[in-house]
Amino acid sequence: MGVKTEDVRSRSIEELIIEGAGCASCVGKIENALKSVSGVENAEMNFAQRTVSVTGTANPSALVKAVERAGYSAKVATSQSGDDALAEKEQADWAYYKRLMREMTVALSLGVPLMIYSLFVGEMTVTTATERVTWLVVGILTLGVLYFSGKHFFVGAWQSLKNHSANMDTLIALGTGTAWLYSMVVVLVPHLVPEMARHVYFEATAMIIGLINLGLALELKARGRTSEAIKRLIGLQAKTARVIRDDKQLDIAIEDVLEEDVVRVRPGEKIPVDGKVIEGSTTVDESMLTGEPMPVEKSVGDDVVAGTINKSGSFLFQATRVGKDTALAQIINMVKRAQNSKPPIGRLADIISAYFVPVVMIIAVISALAWLNFGPEPALAFAVVSATTVLIIACPCALGLATPMSVMVGVGKAAEAGVLIRNGEALQTASKVSAMILDKTGTITLGSPKVTDVLVASEYDEQTVLQLAATLESGSEHPLAQAIVESARERGIETTKVSNFNAIAGHGVEAEVDGKSLLFGNEKLLRERQIELGNFIEKAQELAAEAKTPMYFAVNNELAAIIAVADPIKDDSVAAIKRLKDNGVRVVMLTGDNRATAKAVAEKVGVKEFFAEVLPEEKSKKVQELQMEGEVVGMTGDGINDAPALAIANVGFAIGTGTDVAIESADITLMRGSLHGLADAVAVSKATLRNIKQNLFGAFIYNVAGIPFAAGVLYPFLGILLSPVIAGAAMAFSSLTVVSNANRLRFFKAKKH
Amino acid sequence: MLFINIAGITLIALIVWWFWLYKPQQLKLGEGDLVIAVENGTYSPSRIKIPEGKPVELKFLRKDQSPCSETLLIPKLEISETLPSNKLKQIQIPALEPGEYDFHCQMQMYRGKLVVG
Repeated sequence: MGVKTEDVRSRSIEELIIEGAGCASCVGKIENALKSVSGVENAEMNFAQRTVSVTGTANPSALVKAVERAGYSAKVATSQSGDDALAEKEQADWAYYKRLMREMTVALSLGVPLMIYSLFVGEMTVTTATERVTWLVVGILTLGVLYFSGKHFFVGAWQSLKNHSANMDTLIALGTGTAWLYSMVVVLVPHLVPEMARHVYFEATAMIIGLINLGLALELKARGRTSEAIKRLIGLQAKTARVIRDDKQLDIAIEDVLEEDVVRVRPGEKIPVDGKVIEGSTTVDESMLTGEPMPVEKSVGDDVVAGTINKSGSFLFQATRVGKDTALAQIINMVKRAQNSKPPIGRLADIISAYFVPVVMIIAVISALAWLNFGPEPALAFAVVSATTVLIIACPCALGLATPMSVMVGVGKAAEAGVLIRNGEALQTASKVSAMILDKTGTITLGSPKVTDVLVASEYDEQTVLQLAATLESGSEHPLAQAIVESARERGIETTKVSNFNAIAGHGVEAEVDGKSLLFGNEKLLRERQIELGNFIEKAQELAAEAKTPMYFAVNNELAAIIAVADPIKDDSVAAIKRLKDNGVRVVMLTGDNRATAKAVAEKVGVKEFFAEVLPEEKSKKVQELQMEGEVVGMTGDGINDAPALAIANVGFAIGTGTDVAIESADITLMRGSLHGLADAVAVSKATLRNIKQNLFGAFIYNVAGIPFAAGVLYPFLGILLSPVIAGAAMAFSSLTVVSNANRLRFFKAKKH
Repeated sequence: MLFINIAGITLIALIVWWFWLYKPQQLKLGEGDLVIAVENGTYSPSRIKIPEGKPVELKFLRKDQSPCSETLLIPKLEISETLPSNKLKQIQIPALEPGEYDFHCQMQMYRGKLVVG
């Protein structure tokens, strides 16, 4: 996950908060207790704050225990929990929103009457002495508005100017400042300005400040909605946990749960941290993380995950991962990170927005010069208006926001469906996937095969064959082997001892049992060993045609049986594959199984192209072959066996089993086993990219068309010059439009399934 | 008129020089506490010199309420962090090769540079 704070774990400073230390003499006791912990270099207590900072390499839980042994209680001072940070942020946002609205009201209550006056009553010109005095008063009022409602623009502009940078504030401050200064010059020293140009623009100044504040406030509101998904994830965290320490049950804050703590969870409660069930059994609703609607059975030895809900039973579990290490915390972290990363499509906008503001300032100067040189009278007034309008209408914000806002919503939306997208680049590539390779076993099928047929040669019986085969396979981790072992166990057959076990990658296994040499594997392997297969080949072909995997079993180099194993296809694979195809994706199936089985499965799920008998190491080659054909290849696999192929594909999709997510291994992680997650991932990324394009297009067109229009290119032909007030409104709402369009993605629904 | 045109062109030249050509001074990340303030549309200091090949810690303090300033991105390092308002936020920078590393807010209105070497 890139650069993380874990790197500094080796030697760190740990802050502990001490409770129960009432006297100053406790300081020495606590410090000494901590210093006696191995790995601690130094411990210093701040008595006033009741905190100790401990330097060294010791484990925080060991530190807490040491303090407890000394007779006090302690907890690790964590950086604030996600929930608190969120609440604080919302509060700050709300305060900021109220401030913006207040400033907007003040500015518009001056701007709107002035606007109405200029539109319906008369020209805002300065000719008589009374007019001068009136406008002087209005000018001073406008200055008040600039100070009260627009101070932050001016301060920001000045600060960034000092830093040799320029931003939105620069444009707004320059635009409104120019309009106000010019108007004041007209009022105070009218003889400096040609008579026809003696026009004041106080209404524009006040209106622009008011509208931009309104735009910012509305944008803030809209932005709040873009982070709904992450809020929901953070909300999944429990606040307290019921731990059992020293035979006592304690309700403690979730931050204080330590690794190896025993935690009790009652029905209906959230599981507070990750762990392993040590007592009791229950069913757990994991849908909030995986999107999998069916509750999952849990009993002793099973893993439970923070944030999921205990449905039926009460149980005890031992914490294995706490704090920022829980799967939920990692998911939140990853989603946050991805939400803030940018897909390559946003790069051009980034480059442009980096140079944007100075360029707009230059355009404003050029525009003013053009009016002064070639414009009709009153040229000076035209020059001021056009320069102001250019400065105000330009909106680098819309450009800058176009990509991140959509990514924010899109990645969040995907997370809701149990799809974790690593970063913006993965999102963009996923939207372009033209060919999807699906690994058959565990991806299209359940991945837990079952024995369906045992065909024995005349001199053997089923019982013996299964016993030998199960004994042979008991050493293998292969899913097909597991199926045979499982099947033997169901029939009450005991396995014996194996020696000289040897796995032949992609082909089978061999070993010695009870002095017999056993060989178990595919047709290729048996032919290599020159074992006579006889009419079993036909039987095998028949089985294969039913999507079963026939495997040959030889004892002492003679064929003893065919054991057929079938891996049931997941219920929704057919529908999900259809969704992919409907989205224009070429679906290709890969499997290590034989051709006939592969063909049968492919036919059942509606896949036309498939590669059978592909060895694990050949998978990445198949990915490359498709890439050579010019396809953007997505590879879907379990993330462990398929790691090289996942890495080489344009986008690697790892299918998680439950919440045991291999977050590190792929570009996109599907937290539930269903292939619908894959179709969702492709659909969400396509929708997000479309949204980004709309935003970028809108923002580009707006600026590219708006700036010349503001500069007055239409004036020579149509006699139209944009009013600075309209420019202010347009600017204020252009970034709001971008955020709102991104928010539309929230309503995106992956097809019902 | 000539005077006005010359003034205008000078102004343009000034903009080009001030915003693009001028290299602002950079602050060295020293032993002491260098805090990068995020305020009023800028990072200050905005150019920070850090030693090469050594992980360092940057401290950010966001005083600005605008939602843009909340996110800190260092694209080359794949760092993206949320800066809490009015709270110090430490960000770990790994050992780096000499070069320049931009950091900015979500909309790139706030911009800064890490200069390594």
